[in-house]
Amino acid sequence: MELGDIIIKFILVVIIFAISLVVAMYSTYAERKIAAFFQDRIGPNRAGPWGLLQPLCDGAKMFLKEEIIPTNASAFLFIAGPSLAILTACLGSAVIPWGQNIQIGSRVVELQVADINVGVLYIFGVVSLGVYGVMIGGWASNNKYSLLGAIRAASQNISYEISMGLSIIALLMLTGTLSLRELAAQQHDWHWNVLRQPLGFLLFIVCAFAETNRTPFDLPECETELVGGYHTEYSSMKLGFYLFAEYINMFISSAVMATLYWGGYNYPGMDWVLVHTGPTIGPLIGVAVLFAKIFLFIFFFMWVRWTIPRFRYDQLMDLGWKVLIPLAIANIVLTGLISNYL
Amino acid sequence: MESLSNKRKLIESKPLNFWERAYLPAIISGLSITMKHFFRKPVTISYPEEKREFSENFRGMHSLKRDENGKERCTACGLCALSCPAEAITMTAAERQKGEEHLYREEKYAAVYEINMLRCIFCGLCEEACPKEAIYLDGDIVPADYLRKDFIYGKDKLVEAPLNQ
Amino acid sequence: MGIRYFVNINMNTFYFIAFLSIFFSILVITAKNPVHSILYLVLTFFTFTVHYILLNAQFLAVVNFIVYMGAILVLFLYTLMLINLNKDSEPVKSNMVKIAAVLGGGCLLVVLVGCLKQVGVADPVLLKDPGLGLVQNLGKVLFNEFLLPFEISSLLLLSAMVGAVLLATKDPKPKSV
Repeated sequence: MELGDIIIKFILVVIIFAISLVVAMYSTYAERKIAAFFQDRIGPNRAGPWGLLQPLCDGAKMFLKEEIIPTNASAFLFIAGPSLAILTACLGSAVIPWGQNIQIGSRVVELQVADINVGVLYIFGVVSLGVYGVMIGGWASNNKYSLLGAIRAASQNISYEISMGLSIIALLMLTGTLSLRELAAQQHDWHWNVLRQPLGFLLFIVCAFAETNRTPFDLPECETELVGGYHTEYSSMKLGFYLFAEYINMFISSAVMATLYWGGYNYPGMDWVLVHTGPTIGPLIGVAVLFAKIFLFIFFFMWVRWTIPRFRYDQLMDLGWKVLIPLAIANIVLTGLISNYL
Repeated sequence: MESLSNKRKLIESKPLNFWERAYLPAIISGLSITMKHFFRKPVTISYPEEKREFSENFRGMHSLKRDENGKERCTACGLCALSCPAEAITMTAAERQKGEEHLYREEKYAAVYEINMLRCIFCGLCEEACPKEAIYLDGDIVPADYLRKDFIYGKDKLVEAPLNQ
Repeated sequence: MGIRYFVNINMNTFYFIAFLSIFFSILVITAKNPVHSILYLVLTFFTFTVHYILLNAQFLAVVNFIVYMGAILVLFLYTLMLINLNKDSEPVKSNMVKIAAVLGGGCLLVVLVGCLKQVGVADPVLLKDPGLGLVQNLGKVLFNEFLLPFEISSLLLLSAMVGAVLLATKDPKPKSV
């Protein structure tokens, strides 16, 4: 790798990092606005025009709040928890292909930080690591509600990871690659995987809800039973990190879903557009399309949150083990049969 | 037991059929309901800028009235303070001096008239007790403040603005 | 020159990561708090993942990452959190157990010393095919050459699963005759 490539990668990393932070920040705003619209209200509208500065104010508030570490908590792990949560949340964006190769001047730039050939598994690894932040924080708080939340998070994540993995296997049987870049390239134009794997996508999105701890699967932090769940004892920016990590997770999982099933940066008629707009603008349109898909998914996450009540814990486990896993296996068998005999 | 109101409904709990057990149709119908609300006009009234109209018998902040010549009606008889269940009203009476006829309607008037808005329950009994039709609860909502002492409203805040000004 | 440079970097990283692996694994057994010890174990496994990456075995690295760090150790942590870790609830070990532990540890030490005496400086391993650890090649090897052992290991997992279910389900009440 020459110096120029390294600099470009570095810039790309910084841009992606900044974008995921900004998206997460404005997701909090969007969540409140959308919740308000679903409930016939207007939502935050005081800070700036239409309340657009609200997330900044919230961030400033988080930083200025008093930092509390409970006396009996183990201080190092108490701090390590939220740090790990946000670290693992940010890691996922490294393998997502944000667009086709783009030409800037005479240089062709890859819009992906790392094209590792086990990209899908990498995402799984990062997601499975995400639970450590919650568990460590919950345990270190030395509070029974936190501990219960942490334990719930752990068992929920492990249970749903299995069906998530199984639902992906069916997709991988069709595509034959684990690299997200190739996966995205295969879905050229309108050949989106969701058309070939509708059941797989359904399973995947349910698991994605569970993995990101969003309603109807937000049992690790359900207020009615566990006060605040694993972040009961947290205050100031450490709490902010946990909340932020949730929104970054949502962003990343939306991006993964868009890439795996909804064609990533591909859209019908993209070749025609590419020819007519040139190698610089054309890929950028693809990036815009990908982001449109991501925002639609984020909207869907919020839409579901403000519609569906939370599961009971035994229902959650029943759904994971007795419904999703058999369905995922059936999906694998079905995919195998169809791709072999049709 | 025989139902008197005829409102009782017997609810049968049938076992769910396949589609009901699959949840998905129910979830989709739920999503469509929330989506309908998404495009509905919000019912919010952004309070300080917009205000909802008060009902006719709304009881808000008190005001001490003047008569048609701009003289204060209150004679400091103390009936309002007596009737007040929350003991929020207190006053000091004074005699009208020469040359003050244009200010006070009768020989006696309230030199100090204070209502503690933190105690007041806005029941309107003072309004009913007043023989001179001097106090009415026809004002706005009592605004918030930072200090308890600022909720004790004196004549400066209670008396109606003079006429011709 | 470039290759040589990378080899050097790799060697240095290897030694550093190897040091970390040993360091963390020592911390695992010396940590007073069981939860801390599990967390050190997590770090140890993470260094193993890095080792796999250095060997260009990406698939193995990621699987180690997902299965060990992401699932098994989470379950360890999970069970540990449910256990009462107070000092006074610690079971008192009998002398027999202590003697057995000393004997077992001593045997391990003898074996280790015996092994270390045999150690010579190995030639750096040169893979004929540097892409051996990539998914595609690994899959081909697993499903052609080693198909039988692979499938048999799945049987092992199945039996473990059946055993777990058997343990978890309550005994049916004996039918009254």
